[in-house]
Amino acid sequence: MVLNEEYKPMKRLLSGNEAVARGAWEAGCSVASGYPGTPSTEILENFARYPHVYAEWAPNEKVGLDSAIGAAYAGKRSISTMKHVGLNVAADSLFYVAETGIEAGLVIVSADDPSMHSSQNEQDNRQYAKFARIPCFDPADSQEAKDFTIAAFDLSERFDTPVLLRLTTRVCHTSGPVEVFEQQQQLPEPGKYPRNIKKYVVIPANARQLHPVVEARVQDLAKYAETSPLNRVEWRDKKLGIITGGIAYQYAREVFPDASVLKLGMVYPIPEKLIKDFAAQMDAVIVLEELDPFIEDQVRAMGVTLFEPTTKPEFPLSKSVFPIFGELNPLIVRNAAKAAGLLNGEAEELPNALQVELPPRPPSLCPGCPHRSSFYVLNKLKIPVNGDIGCYTLGVAPPLNSIHTCGCMGASIGVAHGAAIAGDKERHVAVIGDSTFFHSGIQGLINVAYNRSNTITIIMDNRVTGMTGHQQNPGTGLTLQNRETIEVDIEAMVRACGITKVLTVEAYDVDVIEKTLKQWMKEDEPAVLITKEECALLPSARKQYLPLEVTDQCNGCTVCFRIGCPAILKSEELDPKYNRSLAEIDAALCTGCEICAQVCPRDAILFRDQVRAKQVN
Amino acid sequence: MIHFPKLNINTETLSILLVGVGGQGTILASNVLAELGLNLGYDVKKAEVHGMSQRGGSVISHLRWGETVYSPIIAQGQADIMIAFEKLEALRFIDQIRPGGFVVINDQEIVPVTVSTSDVVYPDDQTIREKIAEYTPNQYWVKGVAAAEALGNAKAANVVLLGAMSAMMGMDPEPWLDVISSRVPAKYLDLNQQAFYKGREAVES
Ligand SMILES: Cc1ncc(C[n+]2csc(CCOP(=O)(O)OP(=O)(O)O)c2C)c(N)n1
Repeated sequence: MVLNEEYKPMKRLLSGNEAVARGAWEAGCSVASGYPGTPSTEILENFARYPHVYAEWAPNEKVGLDSAIGAAYAGKRSISTMKHVGLNVAADSLFYVAETGIEAGLVIVSADDPSMHSSQNEQDNRQYAKFARIPCFDPADSQEAKDFTIAAFDLSERFDTPVLLRLTTRVCHTSGPVEVFEQQQQLPEPGKYPRNIKKYVVIPANARQLHPVVEARVQDLAKYAETSPLNRVEWRDKKLGIITGGIAYQYAREVFPDASVLKLGMVYPIPEKLIKDFAAQMDAVIVLEELDPFIEDQVRAMGVTLFEPTTKPEFPLSKSVFPIFGELNPLIVRNAAKAAGLLNGEAEELPNALQVELPPRPPSLCPGCPHRSSFYVLNKLKIPVNGDIGCYTLGVAPPLNSIHTCGCMGASIGVAHGAAIAGDKERHVAVIGDSTFFHSGIQGLINVAYNRSNTITIIMDNRVTGMTGHQQNPGTGLTLQNRETIEVDIEAMVRACGITKVLTVEAYDVDVIEKTLKQWMKEDEPAVLITKEECALLPSARKQYLPLEVTDQCNGCTVCFRIGCPAILKSEELDPKYNRSLAEIDAALCTGCEICAQVCPRDAILFRDQVRAKQVN
Repeated sequence: MIHFPKLNINTETLSILLVGVGGQGTILASNVLAELGLNLGYDVKKAEVHGMSQRGGSVISHLRWGETVYSPIIAQGQADIMIAFEKLEALRFIDQIRPGGFVVINDQEIVPVTVSTSDVVYPDDQTIREKIAEYTPNQYWVKGVAAAEALGNAKAANVVLLGAMSAMMGMDPEPWLDVISSRVPAKYLDLNQQAFYKGREAVES
């Protein structure tokens, strides 16, 4: 790295995601394209703020990866970021770029989510590296997140391969001190765009030539792994040796402070000789890793004998000592080690579980959420609903109880269509958000129109990508770097897909939503309802807040409780006649969306105009 | 070694847990604690979960100081100190505290929506106190919101709690205020300093 003498590193507290952004910038990466998804989102949000870089949100991960690949073909160091399931969406692109290689460094970031803090599964994306035959880096903290990002760009160019930088939630969202440099690497200007057909056009004839190149590359990478500074041995006591990578390294150090450790920074391909030499010096060897037995299986396949616990693994695919489920922590590691006979003592008793039932506090639709009205109506009409992924998935929770399937982004419309073509006796409704519609909902809608199923779709357009924390999307009129741009017109788009029955309504209007759905249920044709209202947490929406009030007309009928709004509370006061709790509105939470006022059968909740009139008087 | 004689803490790694409800300002507080640790010369790790849980759900941040901090997560039953921004959350996560650990509780009630839609009730103060006492005798209740409201801005409650914590740990205010000042907008500086001292008084009195 070319560094000016004056620039001494300084320590800053950075999250893993901030550190990756920093590393990319320091490495001279100047193009980034990705799609938001917890726990990866802050990488691009941070990268976008550095000078002399271009960063964008793509409509989905595949488009994001293709864009980064295109930039890397054009000779610019590029990065593409996504959450683990995003790599499923981008997998087709991952596999071709693994074949072609690149002109300038390409780093693909997959942020995995062990324990599924915000995801539908906990797939272990190290497997993708092996599957696609590309190197995989697995940092253990923020400093490594930065260093490995820089190393990934270098390695990518040296071996003409994309590099998978695999993070996990705890690395992404843990902050720690990181040494940063105030200067970027100066890279040569890219040359002319390549006309290298044999390399970049993967028609079968060329692809057949490329496959052996890829296999040879893995071999070269494995050789490199033997001496790479990414992998290191920490010699301590030789009774127990631990082979580990990623965040699990931290638990290895905490629970087994005296053990020798072989820390793999590059978890694919792994260094056979280094591992065998390490193992040969130990009385016993274990592999400590989160999720799949990814390293463990490879180490066994080399013929290395691992410590065998007396207990048999729980499931055929389980690891020998540590659980295959969920995120690890020091207690889980310690208990598993004790159960396996690696550490002395009984498994630690957890402190007594609380002997009292507490009201749960699951995430819920916010007060003023424009999605709420549709779910209230869908629940009332008892319609089977095929859901999608976003804030609106929370429509599944009581008391709204109105989502019956939810698999992955973009699935809703296809799954609802599937019920129709299977001849299901009930008419289905698909619900999908604006960002998700742009991500992968459009193709499902084209299928509905093209193959003429009578599926009804509600596009919940809250004018932002909500769940992941308010990212811009093709409908919002702004880009990731806050440049003004077009707003894709969802209604026009729906019509262009071939749907003729389309209506855009105000999302808070319970009555219109109910009437429209009831009418459409009687008609046998595909239809799309667009419920439009900006997310209540957006700054422009916050300016409109006006808390509503409950009048003495309330008799505690509980209808307003059924919309599941956190701003509506059970009052301590009881209705004298029925002896049931009256409703009360928490003025600190209420936004004045009026959904409760609309559903109240006794007009006991004042509308905004009434509240204003009262305030004037 | 990390040494807080006032709390009888003598440990290689100090583990602090912050719990509350999404949107309550736990993130500012954990950022302050992380930077404070760094300024004091420790290695620091601060772990939080973003995303889904922000939508009004329970939130939890793990904070650790030490010579070298390995695990970012505090294992169950190992937290030395817990700051609870909300009473119910204090109780929900109390099994994370080690026996004899220290708990600072903001006397604020945020009723989860599940209370109005089911029969489960929000526990009363006495139940909360008694249950917490089963885990540790060291609980400090602070009227954070009231103190902040008296200063004209309920949002400063998180800084009141930090003040309380600084006094509980027997630390001087200056290093804390240095970090807080660097993190809040200039026009709120005065408010936050006052809030911090209100918190200290609450514990010292
Ligand atoms: C393939 C994939 N990429 C990203 C995500 C992360 N993610 C979950 S919800 C969501 C956005 C939803 O936005 P929108 O459809 O506008 O609905 P809102 O949350 O605003 O209601 C994203 C990006 C995911 N779950 N799967």
